[in-house]
Amino acid sequence: MKALRRFFARLSNLASGNRTDRRLLEEMEEHLARQTADNVRDGMSAVEARRQAVLKFGAAATIRENYHAELNLPFFETLSQDLRYAVRMLLRSPGFSLIAIATMALGIGATTAIYSVIDATLLHPLPYPRPAELVRIEDDLPGVDAQDVGISVPEWRDLQSSGIFQSVSISGHGANVNLTGSAQPERLSYKHVTANYFAVFGVDAQFGRTFDPHDTTPGFNLEAVISNGLWRREFGADPDIIGKALLLDNDLYHVVGVMPNGFRDLGSTNEEGNTEIWLAAGMAGLPFPPPLRGTRLQDRVVARLKPGLSIATAQRHLDVLVHSLKKQYPAEYPVQAAWTVRLSPLSETVVGSVRQSLILLLSAVGLVLLISCVNVANLLLARASGRGREIAVRQALGAQRTRLVRQLLTEILLLFLLGGIAGFTILFCTQRFLLRLVPESLPHLSDIAIGWGVLVFAVAVSVAAGTIFGLAPAWLMSGVDLIGTLRQEGRGSKGSPGRSRTRQILVVSELALSLVLMVAASLLLRSFWDLYKADPGFNPDRVVAIQTWLPGPNDPSADIYRTATQESVLLREILRRSRSLPGVEEAAIGDVPSLPLGHSQPSLQPLIREGVETMDNQAPVIDSPIVSPEYFHMLGMPLLRGRLFSDHDVEDTPEVAVINQAAARMYWPNQDPLGKRVRLHLDDRELLNSATPAWTTIVGVIADARTESLADAAIPQIYRSLYQHPDKSVAVFLRGQLDPSAILGQERNQIQSIDPQLPVFHAETLDEMLSSSLSVRRFSMEMVAFFAATALLLAGLGIYGTISYVVNEQRREIAIRLALGAEKGDILRMVLRRGLGLTAAGAGLGVASALIVSHLMAGLLYGVSPNDLSTFAGVTLVLSFVALAACYIPARRAMRVDPIVALREA
Amino acid sequence: MPEKSDVPQGTLALMVLKTLDLLGPLHGYGIARRIEQISGDLLAVNQGTLYPLLLKLEHEGAIASDWGASENNRRARFYRLTKAGRKQLQAETGDWERTAAIIARFFAAKAEDLS
Repeated sequence: MKALRRFFARLSNLASGNRTDRRLLEEMEEHLARQTADNVRDGMSAVEARRQAVLKFGAAATIRENYHAELNLPFFETLSQDLRYAVRMLLRSPGFSLIAIATMALGIGATTAIYSVIDATLLHPLPYPRPAELVRIEDDLPGVDAQDVGISVPEWRDLQSSGIFQSVSISGHGANVNLTGSAQPERLSYKHVTANYFAVFGVDAQFGRTFDPHDTTPGFNLEAVISNGLWRREFGADPDIIGKALLLDNDLYHVVGVMPNGFRDLGSTNEEGNTEIWLAAGMAGLPFPPPLRGTRLQDRVVARLKPGLSIATAQRHLDVLVHSLKKQYPAEYPVQAAWTVRLSPLSETVVGSVRQSLILLLSAVGLVLLISCVNVANLLLARASGRGREIAVRQALGAQRTRLVRQLLTEILLLFLLGGIAGFTILFCTQRFLLRLVPESLPHLSDIAIGWGVLVFAVAVSVAAGTIFGLAPAWLMSGVDLIGTLRQEGRGSKGSPGRSRTRQILVVSELALSLVLMVAASLLLRSFWDLYKADPGFNPDRVVAIQTWLPGPNDPSADIYRTATQESVLLREILRRSRSLPGVEEAAIGDVPSLPLGHSQPSLQPLIREGVETMDNQAPVIDSPIVSPEYFHMLGMPLLRGRLFSDHDVEDTPEVAVINQAAARMYWPNQDPLGKRVRLHLDDRELLNSATPAWTTIVGVIADARTESLADAAIPQIYRSLYQHPDKSVAVFLRGQLDPSAILGQERNQIQSIDPQLPVFHAETLDEMLSSSLSVRRFSMEMVAFFAATALLLAGLGIYGTISYVVNEQRREIAIRLALGAEKGDILRMVLRRGLGLTAAGAGLGVASALIVSHLMAGLLYGVSPNDLSTFAGVTLVLSFVALAACYIPARRAMRVDPIVALREA
Repeated sequence: MPEKSDVPQGTLALMVLKTLDLLGPLHGYGIARRIEQISGDLLAVNQGTLYPLLLKLEHEGAIASDWGASENNRRARFYRLTKAGRKQLQAETGDWERTAAIIARFFAAKAEDLS
């Protein structure tokens, strides 16, 4: 307390410029006068009295110094002195200062930019209270190689009452619902969730309320919670929104709450993040299947652990529960399926997909920062030779080495800080432009903000980098050979051997680091190129997909598109009208999972093969799009065996399916799949225990296509016909010379003239889908390539600076050699040999480190081996070429040294 | 900076506080005189060290100072004890007495007492 008070008193003296010690002088004078007077009274002569008084007072200079030290904070006073001096020094060599500041601005600006992305995603993945308690629960059937097969309602109830969790929620993956009744029917992204969903996240509504967690309505309870964005957009921020009716898929819901502005639903994809309506459902009554233990909902389970329970402990408790359930229900959990329930941190599921890319970017940008720091350290050392005299003079006048180091360090730190602030300012001013480069599929894109936290980061990085990379140069600069430097009459000084060794080490490490970055960038580029050039197995050329969504009322009997026959009337009419649109050559229809590379969730169904599996729980899951017969021709997917569906495969005829080669290989190895029968369970509104199980016959095999992922050549797929399996999501594919701006309006007119209640939205070409499926890869590839180019430039500058310096230092030696008859070519070779030595050392070190790095990033590569010889060789060649070119300029200068001038100078 | 004083810092500060407590507001020379008088030759040399100490105590809030006129109408800076300074003096006096008592007992102890 006392010390604090003293500190502030001194600080305020410092700030108010109260540095004078006039008060002390006056007091001293007064003191001496009184002492003299007393001495005179004691009988001394006036002169002697004064002398004794001064003696008794003590050394005035020391006292003044101590008084002064107490008056202010000496540390800060010295700092401000040093800063003023540093500013003068920086202004004296503006070229050097500008280059150093620009280099640091680049390094710190780039690091800060990537940090701001990581801050929003990896560091704060879950914007909910106590996020560590949130877990995702997944059911696996490792025995049949099936993961995340969904949960059944009885299992959910078991988990709720297990005592491990505060509460367990189930939510859909996010789907669409039609909002009708306004001017234009609109498709909104909604999620059906259990009533305790918001309670699990611990977020409350801004107005009204969220769902009652104890609500046990079996189906939808007809209450809706809406997002802040929807409330503003669709309802004009109506303050009386609570209780208003909402017509969703022809069902009447009531708004019970509006979520706060910042609330964002969980989800790794943008579509899920944009959820605008939440509907509470008990998951057990219509339109959900009956709550049987074997009936798994393809939904997401998120739970909040009891406080203080670690995930590992919770998993152990859960394993015990699973074990006892398997004993209790042996029929539902066959041994061979090996049912398990797995917990994972929720944050993992949000950012898991991009974590690797972001860490790669952070490492890449870290390397750039490192190279910038090394470069600036190198520049500082180069300048040291120009300042040797100044430092030697100061040392001769009695400056201590620590004092010199402190002053030089202040100068360096100022340089780094200016660089950091410049980097941040550039970032701040260009953030709008930069954010446009970030792919939309990045989670939490909207949370990326360049604010105070990022500024603090930039300043902290600058100070840390400045201290780490400034100490050595400051130490080396302050250690000049006093006599030698002062004796030299001319400008400049001879560099110390320690300093030039340090410079060489710095250049070698710079070259090595940039080689690592260049290898990483080339490998990513190769992967991207291979993916881009890979034959997707389908023809996206000139195809546009436009989506619509059929309403699915909660009461199936109110659904006018309930059966395949009912729906196919609509679909055939849509196809007929679409073909009549100008420019359209072909038209086909599929569901959302049939959009090639354009959907976030594959539609996975358990595949039950006749005579092999008997139950859902044992079945492997398979991707199963539903399409119209024209789909295969439209996308150019060739039939290999058997036949495709035709318009005559309808609801009353036997169900048929077409599989791809991968499915044939995986599920019917060495057999003819044609004529085999399968059942895909959990089809909507199909009862599990229906007396006559509907078998589907495989009638054809098509070639594999990369419709799920460009990186995966063959994912097993089974296609079924829309005319036999109604589906609420409808995508209309159109091929031809289409006007992309007009086609959505034209198609909307056509579809709404059949049913005005249908929303028509989201026209996208297949080429766009293909390209956006590569967006994260493209982004990281472009970024790393940019960083690698920067690194190469900096490394080139670094080696150029060092060789120039060496040449400058050796002017006399070169002059003597020339005078003694050396050829100019010899001089050139001598200098280049030096550069080559540094380059070879850097490249060797770089190749070794790049091998480690490339193996670490093997997961991000496609079609190229982490030790790809041609990449390594090419990159090494480019680096060597740039390094030698950088050496060539000073080497030419060395060659042109005029012996007479150089020798006279020295 | 280390104080180059023959008197330990804490002791001198305590003496200053006690002097101001006993005699009320005083100027620097007066304080030096009193300490010299009471403690003998303790502050016979290096009286100037008092002034950085006074500034430190003032920064700590234990004393306050103002310009004023002294008995013979000369301008002098007067130091006086503040409330916080009085409290500090009490606390430090107590500490000092306890320490002194312990040391005294220690020195008074004879060999047979310790066996």
